[in-house]
Amino acid sequence: MRYRAGWRKTVNMLMLCVTGLCALVTVSVLVLILAYLAAKGWHYLSWSFLTQLPKPVGEVGGGMANAIVGSGKLLLVAAVTGVPVGLMAGIYLAEFGGKTFSFLVRYTTDLLNGVPSIVMGIFIYTIVVLPMGHFSALAGGLALGVMLIPIVVRSTEEFLRAVPGTLLEGALALGASRWRGVATVVIPAAFRGIATGVLLSLARVAGETAPLLFTSFSNRYWSPGWSQPIASLPVMIYTYAISPYRSWRQQAWAAGFVLLALVLLVNIGAHIILSRRYSIQRG
Amino acid sequence: MPLAVLVLVCLSMISCSHNASNEGQAGHITLINIAGATFPYPIYSKWFDVYHQLHPTIEINYQSIGSGGGIEQLRAGTVDFGASDMPLNDQLLSTFKVKILHFPTVLGAVVPTYNLPGVTEALKFTPQALAGIYLGKITQWNDEALARANAGVKLPDQKIIVVHRSDGSGTTFVWTDYLSKVSPDWKTQVGSNTAVNWPVGLGGKGNEGVSGLVEQTPYSLGYVELIYALQNRLPYGVVCNSSGKFIKATLDSVTAAAAGAAEQMANDIRVSITNAPGRDAYPICSFTYLLIPAQIPDTVKRDTIKDFLHWMMTDGQKYTEALSYAPLPKAVVDIEMKQLAEIQ
Amino acid sequence: MSTFTGTITQTARPEGSGRARVFLKRLRSGDEIAHLITLIFALFIFLITCLLVYELYLHSAIPRHRFGWHFLVSRVWDPVFEQFGALPFIYGTLVTSALALLIAVPLGVGGAIFLAEFAPTRISDSLTFVVELLAAVPSVIYGLLGIFIVIPLLRDPVDPFLKKHLGFLPLFQGPIYGVGFLAAGLVLAIMIVPFILSISREVLLAVPTEQREAALAVGATRWESTWQVVVPYARAGILGSIFLALARALGETMAVTMVIGNTPQISASLFAPGYSIAAVIANEFTEATGPAYLESLIALGLVLFILTIILNGLARLLILATTRRGTAH
Repeated sequence: MRYRAGWRKTVNMLMLCVTGLCALVTVSVLVLILAYLAAKGWHYLSWSFLTQLPKPVGEVGGGMANAIVGSGKLLLVAAVTGVPVGLMAGIYLAEFGGKTFSFLVRYTTDLLNGVPSIVMGIFIYTIVVLPMGHFSALAGGLALGVMLIPIVVRSTEEFLRAVPGTLLEGALALGASRWRGVATVVIPAAFRGIATGVLLSLARVAGETAPLLFTSFSNRYWSPGWSQPIASLPVMIYTYAISPYRSWRQQAWAAGFVLLALVLLVNIGAHIILSRRYSIQRG
Repeated sequence: MPLAVLVLVCLSMISCSHNASNEGQAGHITLINIAGATFPYPIYSKWFDVYHQLHPTIEINYQSIGSGGGIEQLRAGTVDFGASDMPLNDQLLSTFKVKILHFPTVLGAVVPTYNLPGVTEALKFTPQALAGIYLGKITQWNDEALARANAGVKLPDQKIIVVHRSDGSGTTFVWTDYLSKVSPDWKTQVGSNTAVNWPVGLGGKGNEGVSGLVEQTPYSLGYVELIYALQNRLPYGVVCNSSGKFIKATLDSVTAAAAGAAEQMANDIRVSITNAPGRDAYPICSFTYLLIPAQIPDTVKRDTIKDFLHWMMTDGQKYTEALSYAPLPKAVVDIEMKQLAEIQ
Repeated sequence: MSTFTGTITQTARPEGSGRARVFLKRLRSGDEIAHLITLIFALFIFLITCLLVYELYLHSAIPRHRFGWHFLVSRVWDPVFEQFGALPFIYGTLVTSALALLIAVPLGVGGAIFLAEFAPTRISDSLTFVVELLAAVPSVIYGLLGIFIVIPLLRDPVDPFLKKHLGFLPLFQGPIYGVGFLAAGLVLAIMIVPFILSISREVLLAVPTEQREAALAVGATRWESTWQVVVPYARAGILGSIFLALARALGETMAVTMVIGNTPQISASLFAPGYSIAAVIANEFTEATGPAYLESLIALGLVLFILTIILNGLARLLILATTRRGTAH
C-alpha cells in the first residue's frame, strides 16, 4: 500500500517536471527568438531606413520607406473591403440567422479560413490581376481583405453573443424593433471587443507575404494611386533575406523588427483593451 | 483614443507618400514596370537609378523574378516589357499577341562558384567534369575527373553539394545551353531551358539565392552570374574553352566570346555565344536581352522606353565595366539602333 | 414588435404583382431590411468561396485532362518536357507537417497542462501572454530566423549528432545540407506550438473544477486527476487545437520555402532537401512558361485546398466522435 502510494507520488512529481520542462522549452525558445530578432533588428534600424527609398543593388544605404507606407495602403484596402463584409456577416450569424443560411455561411467561412494564403494569391491573380492587366495595390489589398473576412466574422459573432441577452430584451420591452435594439444597444455593448477583433485581424494579415507575391508584386519607388504595383514590408523582407548582399540582409532584419514591433503593439494593445473592459464590467 | 491616434498616423503617412511621389512637379510620374532576369539585375538597377536621376518624372520599377517570370508576365501583359537571358525561340514567340523585339543590353558570364574550406586556389573545370557533376555522375570532390585537371590541389573526400536555380532563370538557360553543347548525354536527358528537371541538387531562388546557398553551405558548387560571385567574395573556377585553354571569366574573355557574334546578329539578333570559338574566349557567357513589344499603345511610355533604350546603348554602357559586365560591341549597337525604329 | 393598427383595404390589382407587393411590404419593416442586408453580406462570403473553388477548377483544366488521376501519383516535375506530377510536393507537405506535429504536440499539450494545472496563476497568465504574442509573429520572420539560426544550428552540431547516433534509421542517413525536411519541420513546429499551447490551456481551464475536485476527493494525485479526468474531458478542444495547427502548417508558405531546399524529390532521409506544394507555387508561379506549367501549379493549389478541407472534415468528425463518447458535454 505505501509502496504504491510512493510510486504514484513519484509519477506525480515526475510529470510535473516533464510538463514544466515542456512549458519552459516552449517559452524560452520563443522568447529567445524574439530577443534575437529584436537585437539584430534594432542594431540595423536607422533613420535612413525608415525614410529613404531602396538603393540599387550593392550600394550601401537606402531604406524601406515605401514598403512601410505600402503595407499601410494595402491594409487600408483590406480593411475597407473585408471588414464591412465580416461585420455584417457576424451580425447576421449572431442576431438574425436563419437555420439553413446560418449553417451555409458558417461552413463556408470556415472553408475560407482554411484556404492557404498562396491559394488566395492565385485566386486574386485570376480574377483581378489578369483582367486588370497588371499588378496593383488594389489586387494585393483585396487578397488581404478576403483573408481577414473569416477572422472578423468569428470575433464579431463571438463578442455579440457574449453580450447578455437581457440587454436586448430590455430594448425590445421598451418597444424598439429588433434591428434597432441590435444597432443601438447590443453592438455598442460589444463594440470594444469587435474593434479589437478587427485590429487583430489587420495585424494578422499585415504579416502575410504569399498572397502579395503575385498580386501587389513590389515596387522600388513610391506607388501613387491604387492601380500600380506596390512595395510591402513582408515581400521586401523575403526578397532581401535570400539575397547575397550584406546590406540588404541587414535591412531585412530591420524590416522584420519594424513589422514585428507593429504587430506586437497591436496585439498587446488589444489585450490591454479587452482586459480593461472585463475589469470595468466586474467593477 | 489610441485607435484614433493610430488611424491618424496611418493616414498622414499615406498622404506623405502621395506628396513624395508627386515631388511638386508639374508633370506626373510615368511608372514603367519590368520583370525579369536576376543575371543583369545589378547593372539594371544601377541604370534605372541613374536614369531616374536624369529624368525624375520617370520611374522604372524592375523586379528580378527570373527570366521565366519576365517572359511570362510579358505574355500576360502585366508588365510593360521584360528582361531575359534566354532569347525567345520562334515557337515561344508565336504564343505572344504582339511581336517582340530583342534588345541585347550587356554581356555577362556565368561562373561555377564553390565553397571548399581549405582550398584557396581557383579550381579548373573541364566541360565533361561540369556535365558529370550536374548529371549526378561525379559525386565526390576528389573524383578523378576533377583531380586530373587540378594536379597539385588537395581536393577533399567529400560529397559535392550541387546547387542550381529553383526559379525560371535565364542564367539556367545559359548554363544548360553550354552543357547541352558540350555533353550529348545532358542534351538528351535534360535539355536546355529556363527551368529543367535537374538530376541532382538544391534549388536557390534567383542568382541571389544560389550565391547565398553556396556561401552558407560547405562543399557546395553552384552557377551564378559573375558579379554575384565577386560581390559575395566567392571563389569561382576557370573553365576549359573549345580551344582547350582554361579561361577565367574576365571582361576581356567575355568580349572575346562575342567577337564573331555581330555578323550572325545582323540576320537574327538572338545568338548563342556559349562555347564560342576563339583562343581567349570564355565559354559560358551570354548576351542578356530586354524584350520590348513592337507595338506600345501608350505614347508616353513608348517614347520613354525608346529614349531609355537609346541612352542605355550609348551613355549607359559606361557603367557596365565597374559592375563586371562587358559592354556591347559597337557593331551590335548599330544593329540595335536600327531595330529601335521598329517600335511603334 | 410593432403592432399593426391600420386596416387592409382591398383594391383591384393584377394578380402577378401580388407576391411582389407582399415582399415589398415586408421590406418596409426595418427588421426585414436589416435581415436582408446582413444576409446579403453573409451570402457574399458563400459566393466568394464558390467562386474561388470554381476558378481553381477552371484554371487547372489542362493537367486534369492530360494527366488525370495520374497527376497525383507521378513523381516527375519536368517543365522542359512538360511532364508534371504532384507526388513530391504532397509528400513534402505531409512530411514537414507530420514532423512539425510530432515535435509541437508534446511540447504544446505538455506545456498547456503545466500552465493550466500546476503553475500558479500569475506565472501561468504572463507566460501565456508571451506565447500568444508569438502566435502573431508573421511567417516571413520565422523564415528569416530559420535561415540564419536554425539552418546553421542543424548543419553543425545537430544533424551530425543525429547521424552519428541514429544513423541506422533511414531517416537520418544521407548527406547533410542544413536545408531540408528536418529544417522545415522544425521551423513549422516552432510556428504552430503557440496555437496548440494557448488553445489547449484555455480548454483545460474551462473544465469545471468539480471534475478535478471529484478526482482528488477519491485520492488521486494531481497528475492522475489531470491525466485521467481533466484531459479526457477537454479532449475535443485539444484535438481541435491540433487540427488548427495542422491546417496552419499545411498552408505555410514563406517559412518553408526559405528552408526546405526547393528540390522536388521523395526521400526517406530527413536531411534531404524537398519541396512543398505551397513553396513550389510561390517559387514558380510568376514564371511558369506556358499554360500547361501554370495550370499544373494551380492544380497543385487545388490539391492543397482539398487536402485542407479533408483534414478539417476529419477534425470535426473526430471531435464529434469524442464528444459523443460521453465527456459530459
